[in-house]
Amino acid sequence: MNDILKMSATDISRLIKDRKIKVEELIQIQFKRIKQVEPNINSFISTNEEKAMIKAREVQELIDQGQLRNSNIVGIPIAIKDNICTKGIITSAASKTLSNYKPIYDATVINKLNDAGAIIIGKTNLDEFAMGGSTTTSYYGASRNPVNNDYITGGSSGGSAAAIAADQTFLSLATDTGGSIRQPASYCGVVGLKPSYGRVSRYGMIPFASSLDQIGTITKNVSDTVALFDAIYGNDGKDSNMITNQTFSMNKALASDIKGLRIGIPIEFMDEGLDQEIRDKVNDSVEVLQERGAIVEEFHLDILNYIKPVYYIIACAESSSNMGKFDGIRYGKDLANGEDLGLEVKLRTLFGIYVLTKDNYYQIYEQALKVRRLIKNNIDNAFTKYDVLIGPTVPNIVPNFREFEKDPYNINTSTKYTAAANLAGIPAISIPCGIDRRGLPIGLQIMGKSFCEEDVLRVAYTYEQAIKKNR
Amino acid sequence: MISLERIKQDKYEIVIGIETHVELLTKTKIFCNCSTQFGGKPNSQCCPICTGMPGALPMLNEKVLEKAIKLAIALNCKVSNISRFDRKNYSYPDLPKSYQISQLYMPIGRNGYLEINNINKNRIGIHEIHMEEDAGKLIHEDVNTLIDYNRAGVPLIEIVSEPDISSSKEAVEYLEQLRYLLIDLGISDCKMQEGSFRADINLSVREIESEKLGIRTEMKNLNSFKAVEDAIEYESNRQIAVIENGGSIIQETRRWDDNLKKSISMRVKEESNDYRYFPDPDLPPIIISETFINNIESNLPELRDEKINRYCNTWGIPLCEAEIIVSEKNLAKLFEETVKITNMAKEVSNWIIMDTMRVLKDKKIHINDIKLRPENLAKLIIMIKDGKINSTIAKEVFDAIFDTNLDPVVYVKENDLIIVENKEILREKINAIIEENPQSVEDYKNGKKKVITYLIGKTMKVMAGQADPKKTSEIIKEILEQL
Repeated sequence: MNDILKMSATDISRLIKDRKIKVEELIQIQFKRIKQVEPNINSFISTNEEKAMIKAREVQELIDQGQLRNSNIVGIPIAIKDNICTKGIITSAASKTLSNYKPIYDATVINKLNDAGAIIIGKTNLDEFAMGGSTTTSYYGASRNPVNNDYITGGSSGGSAAAIAADQTFLSLATDTGGSIRQPASYCGVVGLKPSYGRVSRYGMIPFASSLDQIGTITKNVSDTVALFDAIYGNDGKDSNMITNQTFSMNKALASDIKGLRIGIPIEFMDEGLDQEIRDKVNDSVEVLQERGAIVEEFHLDILNYIKPVYYIIACAESSSNMGKFDGIRYGKDLANGEDLGLEVKLRTLFGIYVLTKDNYYQIYEQALKVRRLIKNNIDNAFTKYDVLIGPTVPNIVPNFREFEKDPYNINTSTKYTAAANLAGIPAISIPCGIDRRGLPIGLQIMGKSFCEEDVLRVAYTYEQAIKKNR
Repeated sequence: MISLERIKQDKYEIVIGIETHVELLTKTKIFCNCSTQFGGKPNSQCCPICTGMPGALPMLNEKVLEKAIKLAIALNCKVSNISRFDRKNYSYPDLPKSYQISQLYMPIGRNGYLEINNINKNRIGIHEIHMEEDAGKLIHEDVNTLIDYNRAGVPLIEIVSEPDISSSKEAVEYLEQLRYLLIDLGISDCKMQEGSFRADINLSVREIESEKLGIRTEMKNLNSFKAVEDAIEYESNRQIAVIENGGSIIQETRRWDDNLKKSISMRVKEESNDYRYFPDPDLPPIIISETFINNIESNLPELRDEKINRYCNTWGIPLCEAEIIVSEKNLAKLFEETVKITNMAKEVSNWIIMDTMRVLKDKKIHINDIKLRPENLAKLIIMIKDGKINSTIAKEVFDAIFDTNLDPVVYVKENDLIIVENKEILREKINAIIEENPQSVEDYKNGKKKVITYLIGKTMKVMAGQADPKKTSEIIKEILEQL
């Protein structure tokens, strides 16, 4: 039974389309697994087996009628981060404020998944309102790393990453504002893609910071990422920041050929502050890519030092405005005690309010916007020389709960490498590239030009294939 | 004791700036596809977007942008090549997102003006115009307050004037002129009662020739032009009285009470009132090309001032008459179409200024309900020109056809009103009249030519007004000369 759960989503989907596996059977197996490991991991805020089974029967009928032949994720279980709106299903954003909130509409990505015949099995855990990098600030308790339950999953999409790592689902959707997909993917040893800004509609995602937020994917491997991304990208006419005509070629993304591809390694990504073991693993990975014909070069991207402050100013400013409606009047009810919201959310909101006040707007916020523009220009400039940029996903090895609780804000340093992609709006992926001295996964980050997901995925796929062979 | 009126005139000047909020005539809201229709069942015209549900995103209605650019051009503004929406953050129950999408840093138009007087060409500066969304409506019951979100997200344009207005008269002229413009452009129906045209008055007073502006107050809830006038009179007097009595004005928002005819303090503006404006990340900057602007400009309808100029210069209508005619779309239409048929602009203008207005008033008909068609008014005017009826009868016919839209030719025939044109019949009657009035023959021979008028009157009486005055006069002269 668990053999099936180890398979890739695209392979299973093929078997389902060929009617070698029944969707209902697969869903039943999946739920058995969820129940088995959920007490140790706590990756879900809610699951709904009944609804999933109804949907499974509907999809099976369509398959029996010969429909959905073009979908690569038909009949596949998928877990959704609980800050993406699902009609009639509680969407809590892991906050007490929204613990009873049932949206009256589906997010665009949910509609797309339904059209593709994927089966939504539940809603995954996250840091409250996606603010955090640990999935410990959830109203529903922390998620635990499936590799070793003493360790944190990272976050904010810790539930989605853990569910994949624990074989509780084949596919998952997550969101990434400063690294919330890539960092937990790195911690849990799975594949996390943050697409370009404007690639996947944000309509129906409870916003954290609107100009940085992006819905993306967490899966077991790169080909599943490609299949899932292919199902959810594209303009829906509901998100003003999307570009009208978008194309994506699965074949180009899954071509295992990087001969002549130019890879840039920002020296500042490999500098002090980076764990030596991670540095070694990243260097090993780069060698693998070099062997495959890529041209690798180190270069300076000084502007990276400004990423963290700029990121926090912009993210908190936007979120302070987005959080305005969760005031205990419109949503939530505990206005007097203010206990509907957790400390982290309150701190970020206050900081955001502070940087937007009349006096600070020009002094702080507008300056941050200018530096953001500078960061983007610098990164765009790097892409005139390189096709992709490569580095570690996070500077530190995965902390265990004890270590994390001792120094919870140290986790924020992990934003250092990931937030650049959000500020510049470019696609970035984290793929596993080894394990550390304590047996926890290490992630490799690959960033590409805006709207060039194909390049990023091709490099990731090539690496994945090469490692498989080496094994 | 010197009266306040004298002090006001001699010592102080009033400085007024007006912020006007106009609801746009678009079918759908500014950021979603909900209807903007007025008067719907509460909360029947809303969706996740205009009620600000978590995760919903705005999409700009292009029609709003088009209308805003139209207005910016008509108000002689510089249209921004890049415009942007900002969030104005404040928490109020009628504001579902806890912020209003508005424009602060890069409004759609800046630095324009509006001419408020056709003779003096007095210009009132327009500081800026910007687009924004309306809030919901609070309905206060005994204990509860209910919220109707039908109005949330209805598109608004705010027009901010410079403080160039110096009297209640000017303020009303400015608002009237602005209203004409908005209606002509099809931007708004400007119904003050329904709230689709709302003006807030910023007013301060200062001693004449003083460099420094006084502290201003903002007045809201002005539901008619009369209220604007009254409120400005009241508020300027109040401020002068405060200063004359050694007090000082505090910056505050005041609400005009039209029943009490006074303004009442609503809230004192605190220094710390901070809306934390910042660019809305959900809406990318709007890039407006010159071609787009030119395209809108070349399709602008004829504006009031252009119309007045055309009436005066091409058709020779006096300015005061032209102003009355263009003041209402229906009058202008009746006028222009009748002139097209008759080519007798002055005559048509007379019928509109004098008789149309008279009948509307007498019969209490609204201008929008005029039934009289231009073809029939034209027929009437042509009958007069051809001498088929005289002006007295014409008025009678006009009154009869005005609210029935009967064909005046048919009406005249059926009611036997055509002037007697047969000279022989006329001569017979006149002979008889002259025989009955020998004294007039004597008078005429003694040089009193006035008797002709007297005899015309007599003839008209006998003929029940149906005699052609010109012919009557000729025949009388003829007979008297022969005697």
